[in-house]
Amino acid sequence: MLNYLWSFMILVGMLWGAVNGNLDQVTQGLVDSAKDAVTLGITMLGIMSFWCGILETGSRAGLIDWLTGKLGPVLDYLFPGLGKEHPARKPIAVNIVANMLGLGMAATPAGLEAMQKMAERSSDGRSGGAATDEMCTFLILNISSLQLIPVTMVAYRSQYGSADPTAVLGPALIATSCSTLAAVLFCRLIYRGRRFRGK
Amino acid sequence: MILWLSRILVPLTVSYMIGFGLISGRPVFDDFLDGAKEGMKTVAGILPTLIGLMTAVGVLRTSGFLDELGSWLSVPAAWLHLPSELVPLTLVRMISNSAATGLVLDIFRQYGPDSELGMAASVLMSCTETVFYCISIYFGSIHVTKTRHTIPGALFATAAGIAVSIWLTVRG
Repeated sequence: MLNYLWSFMILVGMLWGAVNGNLDQVTQGLVDSAKDAVTLGITMLGIMSFWCGILETGSRAGLIDWLTGKLGPVLDYLFPGLGKEHPARKPIAVNIVANMLGLGMAATPAGLEAMQKMAERSSDGRSGGAATDEMCTFLILNISSLQLIPVTMVAYRSQYGSADPTAVLGPALIATSCSTLAAVLFCRLIYRGRRFRGK
Repeated sequence: MILWLSRILVPLTVSYMIGFGLISGRPVFDDFLDGAKEGMKTVAGILPTLIGLMTAVGVLRTSGFLDELGSWLSVPAAWLHLPSELVPLTLVRMISNSAATGLVLDIFRQYGPDSELGMAASVLMSCTETVFYCISIYFGSIHVTKTRHTIPGALFATAAGIAVSIWLTVRG
């Protein structure tokens, strides 16, 4: 899927640029984006390494175990396929909480670790390169936007002279709850459907 | 109050974690270094995905294809009560966070953050994520190529978020 999506984006972009005669801009866009990606990577390198370090201190002091314990029922509901002792439970719990608090740079490394742990455990039972149900649920949940308070949006609004920058908080909370609810419903229905068909 | 809470969130989390480690008698700085080392490996691991994806987004954006797609979609969007000014934003939102932020700031400049469009854009940004970017980064890191029901599920959640933001902010 990603192979097709990626080639589609590049090929359509090139073709469209050729048809409209702005291939020069497309080439420039490619070069600039590659540079932007490295700049972003360097920013991420600093802040994500920092958060990984902080999370490691918290983890070794037992804080992450405590958090995972508290989130236990939620994890059991969302990821029925993950056993109580599954190593992905901890990073999943960290990812969910960090996302809700808006600490995206702390959430991403935890999320990647969770994916890694899920991949290690399921390598024998899955056909080449296919995602498991748990991986799909986890990713859909992440994409449904878990962040409760859109801090950067409030900052942008006040920067652009809003009379009430925080007016966005209420509607945003309702909307993001709805999108997360939709994600949870979708994943539960898929899971139920599969169990119903006895697979 | 809420904003104050989110302002002290980072300092609070960091000092809580370190303080807790100290009280439990951990060598906190050594623990930190081990974690940070892992973090560096993680970032280095996703950098190729990041470069591949961002160049593709850059090519698609500079070619003008997204603008064209936006104008094609403005007719069906009108049936769904989605203002045509927000069509490019909803498309770009799914592939690039920085490009989407740029579009939102354009809307703020042009219509003001408190206008109907400004509010709609603010809420829309707050309840959606960069769908394809997330999928590439997470699945790219473990070499998953068959994404199964991830894309339909992610698009369904995003659509729900967009629908609710429009319903909450756009009158008439």
